[in-house]
Amino acid sequence: MSRRKARRIAKRVGLYAAAIGLVTFAGFPFYWMLITAFKQNRDLYVGASDTGHVPWIFNDPPTLEHVKLLFTQTEFPRWVLNTLLVVVVVVGITVVVAVPAGYSLARLAGQWGQRMGMGIFFTYLIPPTLLFVPFARLVSLLHLQDSLWSLILIYPTMTIPFCTWLVMGFLRSVPWDIEEQAMIDGYSRLAVILKVAPRLIVPGILTVVVFTFTLVLQEFVYALTFISSVDKMTVSLGVPIALVRGDVYHWGALMAAALFTSIPLAIVYNAFIDRFIQGFTVGAVKG
Amino acid sequence: MAGIEIRNLRKHFGELHAVDGVDLSIRDGEFLVLLGSSGSGKTTLLRMIAGLEQPTSGEIAIGGERMDGDVPPRARGIAMVFQSYALYPHRTVFQNIAFPLEANRTPRAQITEKVRWAADLFGITRYLDRYPRQLSGGERQRVALCRAIVRDPHVFLLDEPLANLDAKLRNTARDDLKRLQRRIKTTTVYVTHDQVEAMGLGDRIVVMEHGRIRQVGTPREVYENPADTFVATFVGQPPMNLLNEGDTLIGFRPEHFLPRRVFGADADLRSFPFTVRRVEYLGSDRYVYGTVPAGGGASDVAVIAELPGNVAVEIPEGQTQEFAVPRRAVHVFDAETGVRRGK
Amino acid sequence: MKRRALADRADVLGGVMLAPALIYVTLLVGVPFLLAILLSFSNATAGSLRFEFVGLRNYGAILRDPIFLRALRNTAVVAIGSQILVIALATAAAQVFRATFRGKRFFRFVLLLPWAVPVSLAAIAWTWIFDSTFSVINWTLKVSGLLHGWLYWLGDPTLALFAIIIVQTWRIFPFATVIVLAGMSSLPSEILEAAVVDGAGFWRRLLQIELPLLTPVFAVAVLFGVVYTATDLGVVYILTGGGPANTTHVLPTLAFQRGILGADLGQGAAIAVFLLPFLVVVAVAMLRLARQTEVGGARDESP
Repeated sequence: MSRRKARRIAKRVGLYAAAIGLVTFAGFPFYWMLITAFKQNRDLYVGASDTGHVPWIFNDPPTLEHVKLLFTQTEFPRWVLNTLLVVVVVVGITVVVAVPAGYSLARLAGQWGQRMGMGIFFTYLIPPTLLFVPFARLVSLLHLQDSLWSLILIYPTMTIPFCTWLVMGFLRSVPWDIEEQAMIDGYSRLAVILKVAPRLIVPGILTVVVFTFTLVLQEFVYALTFISSVDKMTVSLGVPIALVRGDVYHWGALMAAALFTSIPLAIVYNAFIDRFIQGFTVGAVKG
Repeated sequence: MAGIEIRNLRKHFGELHAVDGVDLSIRDGEFLVLLGSSGSGKTTLLRMIAGLEQPTSGEIAIGGERMDGDVPPRARGIAMVFQSYALYPHRTVFQNIAFPLEANRTPRAQITEKVRWAADLFGITRYLDRYPRQLSGGERQRVALCRAIVRDPHVFLLDEPLANLDAKLRNTARDDLKRLQRRIKTTTVYVTHDQVEAMGLGDRIVVMEHGRIRQVGTPREVYENPADTFVATFVGQPPMNLLNEGDTLIGFRPEHFLPRRVFGADADLRSFPFTVRRVEYLGSDRYVYGTVPAGGGASDVAVIAELPGNVAVEIPEGQTQEFAVPRRAVHVFDAETGVRRGK
Repeated sequence: MKRRALADRADVLGGVMLAPALIYVTLLVGVPFLLAILLSFSNATAGSLRFEFVGLRNYGAILRDPIFLRALRNTAVVAIGSQILVIALATAAAQVFRATFRGKRFFRFVLLLPWAVPVSLAAIAWTWIFDSTFSVINWTLKVSGLLHGWLYWLGDPTLALFAIIIVQTWRIFPFATVIVLAGMSSLPSEILEAAVVDGAGFWRRLLQIELPLLTPVFAVAVLFGVVYTATDLGVVYILTGGGPANTTHVLPTLAFQRGILGADLGQGAAIAVFLLPFLVVVAVAMLRLARQTEVGGARDESP
């Protein structure tokens, strides 16, 4: 075997090793979630100092008791409903507000539109952990505390800036031509916006919907700040905070909940990952 | 200095045969041009010589040494100039040219010497401290050439290096390039789609199409004795006229297609009634576009004549004149395969 | 006649379409932002409507507070430490994912999971992983002979901070990988090929050509990473709650504890305000770096 060939094989092996290492690091918590969710308690609660017992595998047959507990004896189903309600309304608000704004900045505003777009993007960088202080005041003033409406009001402050910027960036990669052609053919600008443009930016709208959906599902800080009753919680808040009886965490049920929430999100993310990246890099790297 | 031997080289991208069985012998020190349109395989062939693509099958030998697929470019003694020049934008001109020497771990003092030598050769010494973005296209091209030459390669590979220059610059650049190559005598393989460039630069031209070689020869051979109709119509501007005649295609070049009266009375000619559609006055020449009746009831064939400026014959549009071609200037090709049959 | 003109006027239409977003952002982001700064100078509480300016008293108080100073330090340590690891991992992962190999789809899916999962759920999962009695990590380390004592991850101040850094790195590096990959694929391939032809080996190519050209991309990735990490409340809150004994607080969790749980809005705001210089400095530095290298010809194209 020539030296070059040997080096090639070594490279290949190194590649696979690195890939496996990285994927293991990224993935083992999920595997652990999976196992915990379906392990019987006596297989689960064995001290880790017991080297005889292997925690990574099913030593006793898997069980559905944690799942059953999650869906019948906790507020988890309620939290899912709450989250869905918030998602739907916030997605609606965001699409209605951010998409026209993004269009306006990309198409109608010219030079200063780009700068304003960057400005709007920067508001996304203002952390919730700064804004939650004045929001706490605002929410109590509006008597919205401990209500899902507080979230419905506040979440768009995160989604609108980012989605406006996303739509802006997306539109910059869609050529003017079709809209220009329509205007030459006699449509007024307004007609172009109402009739022609929507078809063109459907993928952009889709990305907005998906991003908002994921953002609402993942949001924790505002939910923690404004919601205190267990029956009003969202999934992201309820699972780590309220799946506990006294001092005891129900790890099995907890991990099951984490798993069930993560999987749809992961599928969605995977499907839309390329779009997201387009948004990020087209916008950010090209300034 | 090295010659290149290529035997039965193929490159398949799935169903696509980018290079489809190429045999070629490139002589040590010659300037060889690979000429073809896009998709002809010329760039793929160049990249396989460079080691940037692995052949699907076949052999390449540079300087007598077999270059298997896993021989990396740096071990082949080649240097390459890309169409976009591929200069490192974050390094100065000096650092760009020095890069291959650094990669070869040449001592610092030698690096400086060699870079200055190369820069001198191409007249870009005053740009050494600038960045590529500060240079014009022609200057960047010269930097790319410097970077290539500084490694004393056995073979130069050039991928359409003049394509991005504007027309005026292209002529002088062509001249510089050829004179340089004559001087340093390094084997050069040059890819282009521009047949004027090919004719002007090449010691020999390799005409390629669909991954295959159609003809290899000096510019004169390729022009005066095209091996098939593809070569005949690809080389030469305006392209050769082709007419069907039974199971053959006869061809003649526009510059041999002149009004009958221009020739002597006893010249050995083939005549055609030429219906003139349009005349283009281009200064040094006139291009005459028209039709000639095809044999056997088929519709008229479009034909171009190229009249040099010193032929002062009147060519009124819309009328039919008798035009003729010297018989020895008529090429005969097989109508089905396009291959030349002789004259 | 007038109606038609209105439907054609780009500025009117543009304004109308932009207005809701602009109003929303101004009213619900801009105003609260200013309000937050104002509050930091007040003694407001969440319960009452009391609002008096007290000047720099809040700032004075927190700057003398060792817990705050520790939180400030922790925030920096976690943000910077995790991003260094993230860059290293993301570069490695990007290299791996540039190559083609079987199972790449699956690998990519798994690699994306940490980013897709809600922060709070990931945090609770890691809490379980770091649990003092049942930690799988401890078990694995012990069984492979690397651990001789015991690691009380979340009970020991240093270990807990380390655990937080691990979780943040885990969370962010998929995202950074994706950005780096996108950047790498936008590098003109001819430049990389020229480096190969010029004789540069893998490491020289990576360190002298690729990484310098990728600086704007890294800048963006680090910017987002620092923002996500420094301003993150979920991981620390769920993992340690700021403990043990307030040793692992970061600015967001401390602001929450004092400002929301303790209802001292003034102090909470003051603490949170300290996040700003952090973010501004990073943002400005990164964007300047990105602009510089970009204009400098990372997008070098033919004349």
